[in-house]
Amino acid sequence: MAEVMKLHYTVSGDDFTRAGETSSKVKKTLNQLGFRPEVVRKVAISMYEAEINMVIHANGGTIDVDISPEEIIIVMQDTGPGIPDIEKAMQEGYSTADHNVRELGFGAGMGLPNMKRYSDDMQIDTEVGKGTCVKLVIKAKE
Amino acid sequence: MTVSEIAKELNLKFFTCEDLAAQKEAKGCYIGDLLSFAMSKVEMNNIWITIQTNVNIVAVATLAEASCILLTDGCVPDKLTIERAEEQEMIILGGDLTAYEAASKLSQLGI
Ligand SMILES: Nc1ncnc2c1ncn2[C@@H]1O[C@H](COP(=O)(O)OP(=O)(O)OP(=O)(O)O)[C@@H](O)[C@H]1O
Ligand SMILES: [Mg+2]
Repeated sequence: MAEVMKLHYTVSGDDFTRAGETSSKVKKTLNQLGFRPEVVRKVAISMYEAEINMVIHANGGTIDVDISPEEIIIVMQDTGPGIPDIEKAMQEGYSTADHNVRELGFGAGMGLPNMKRYSDDMQIDTEVGKGTCVKLVIKAKE
Repeated sequence: MTVSEIAKELNLKFFTCEDLAAQKEAKGCYIGDLLSFAMSKVEMNNIWITIQTNVNIVAVATLAEASCILLTDGCVPDKLTIERAEEQEMIILGGDLTAYEAASKLSQLGI
């Protein structure tokens, strides 16, 4: 495997039905590269939650994934409304999801807590009216 | 136990990928309809019991590596859900039983 493999994706904001596809692609790639199942699972869960949030709350955005033997770094950038109160948003059960998406099973308010739990490092940069950038690091070595 | 044997025992109908069921082992189960809970609680080869029928269940089940999605209470997957599940090779099956009935039967079978 090359030192670092770089992947870039664009996620469209209006299509719930395609949400999760980028996470699936990355998961397949990691499996093919032979990463441990626990590592792949952590990436799949945390990345799916971030991807879904971009679709539901922020009208889509871009995803960059850097894969190296040591770690997987995922940077997800959107130009959505931003998060006014991160501390509140991080709480389990807090959600501003509207009725339409709650009917689909979203809106448990567990996405950000899942991302925190399943990544080794998580950073959120957000500015109201400008957008949100979520950076997730998952360590590949034991 | 395979998904195909489980389908027979619980008298379930296949909505997708019946041909894969004889090869697919199932162990353990998670019941729930909220996707973010399912995402973190469904473990590899679990049966995911839900009444959620929209296409997003396929992404969650696939990412979590569930053995199958079991729809209870007579719920039927949307057309798009069926298409996507066939594409992703995710087994969906179901019946009129409740989640409780399904889980207690699975427990009797040692799942
Ligand atoms: N990228 C984002 N842009 C704007 N707001 C966001 C973004 N991500 C999260 N939020 C805000 O943070 C809240 C909590 O997010 P979280 O993912 O934990 O829950 P949820 O998406 O509402 O529900 P769930 O993820 O359980 O389906 C959201 O309801 C939303 O208000
Ligand atoms: Mg979320």
